[in-house]
Amino acid sequence: MNLLQQVKTLVYKDAILEWRSKYAINSILLYVISTVFVCYQAFKSVDATIWNALFWIIMLFASVNAINKSFIQESQQRQLYYYSIVNPRAIILSKIFYNMCLMAFLAVIAFLTYSVVFRNPLGDPSLYFFTVILGSISFASVFTMVSGITSKAGNNSTLMAILSFPVIIPLLIVLIKLSQNAMQGIDRTQSINEIVVLIAINIITITVSLLLFPYLWRD
Amino acid sequence: MRKSWWKILAVVLISLVIIAGLLAPVPVLPILHESIRNVYFHVPMWTAMLVLYFISVIYSIKYLNTGKQEYDFMAVEAVNTGITFCFMGLATGMLWANITWGDPWPNDPKLNGSAIATLMYLAYLVLRNALEEEQKRAKISAVYNIFSFPIMIVLLYILPKLTDSLHPGSGGNSTFGNLDMNNQLRPVFYTAVIGWILIGTWMLSLRYRMRLIESKQNEIN
Repeated sequence: MNLLQQVKTLVYKDAILEWRSKYAINSILLYVISTVFVCYQAFKSVDATIWNALFWIIMLFASVNAINKSFIQESQQRQLYYYSIVNPRAIILSKIFYNMCLMAFLAVIAFLTYSVVFRNPLGDPSLYFFTVILGSISFASVFTMVSGITSKAGNNSTLMAILSFPVIIPLLIVLIKLSQNAMQGIDRTQSINEIVVLIAINIITITVSLLLFPYLWRD
Repeated sequence: MRKSWWKILAVVLISLVIIAGLLAPVPVLPILHESIRNVYFHVPMWTAMLVLYFISVIYSIKYLNTGKQEYDFMAVEAVNTGITFCFMGLATGMLWANITWGDPWPNDPKLNGSAIATLMYLAYLVLRNALEEEQKRAKISAVYNIFSFPIMIVLLYILPKLTDSLHPGSGGNSTFGNLDMNNQLRPVFYTAVIGWILIGTWMLSLRYRMRLIESKQNEIN
C-alpha cells in the first residue's frame, strides 16, 4: 500500500471507531453548546470585541479537549501493530486530516449555535465563516502534533496545556485580527496578509510534524 | 592559548563595548537622548539568544539522527543559556521602555511575542522535568524543541512586522538601519553583537562540560 492509501484506510478506521461509540463527538458537542449557553446567560449582550474573543476562547478549549483524545485510544499494543504494517508518516497525516475534519465540523456547529443564541451583526459573514474554518483547521494541525508528544509522556493533560498554549498563541492573535476585520466588514484585500500567514503557519507545522513524528513514535 | 583565543577575544570585545558604549559620542536624537546607548546591550542579548537557540535546534536534530547523549546535553544547555540571555534582554528592554515609552511593559506585539516565546522555552524545560526515562526525555524534548523553533521565529520576527509596533522596523516605523543607525553607532554595535555571542558560547561550553562531568559521576555510582 502506498502512503495515500494507508492514510485513507487509517482515517476511515478513525471515523468508524468514532461513529460506533460517538463518545468524543457527543461530549465535545455538549461541551460547546453548554459553554455557549453559560456565556449567554452570564453576558446576555456584549459588544463586538468581547463577542469575538469569547468565541475563540470557546473554540480553543473545545479543540484542546477534542484533540487531546486523539492518541489516548491508541494502546501500546496497537501502536506496535501499526508499526509493523504502516509508515509512521501515514499515521500522523491521517490523525491530522481526521482532526481537521472533526474540528471543521465542530466549528460549524459551534458557530451556528453561537450566532443563533448570541446575536451579533457581522459585517462580512462569509469571510468570518472562512476564518472559523481556517482557524479550526490550524488548531487541528498544531494540537495533533502536541498531543502526539504528550501521549509519549503519559497523556498528561496539564502537560498538553503547558506545551500547546504558547504554540497556539501566535495563531490566535492572527485569527482574532482576521475575524475582527471580518466583523467590521473591512475590504477583503486588507485581510490577505493574515490569511497568508495562517496558511504559512499551517504548512510549517504540518511539514515539521511529518519530519519529526517518525522519531517520536519509535519507543 | 591556541584553544582559548576566542575567550580572550570575547573579554576584550565586551570590555571595549562597555567603555566605548558608555563614553563614545552618540548622535543626538529626540526622546531617546543618551538612552540610545542601550542599543549596545539590549539588541545583542536577543541576537545571542537566537544564536544559542539555533545551536540547540542543530544539536536536537543531531541527537535525533544519532542518539548520542552528549548532543542532548548540548541542546538543553544551549536552551538554559539562551533563556538567561532572554531574561537579560527583557530586563534591558523594560528599562529602556520605561524611559522612552513611559511604561516598562507597553502593549506591543514584539514584547508580547517575546514573553510568549519565553513561556515556550520554559515549557520545554517543564517537559524535560516531566519525563523520567533519560532516552525518552531526550527524544521527546528534542522533538518539541525543533517544533517550537519556527514558531518562535514567527512570534519574534514575523508577527510584529505585520502589525503596528513601537519597535523600529515594524508597522510603518523605519528601521534603525536606515535612519538612526549612523556610522557613530555601527562599529560599537557590531563589536557588541560579536562579543555577546562569544560570551554566550563560552557560558554554553562551561555548562556543557559541567553536565558531562556530572553524568560521568553518576555513572560511577
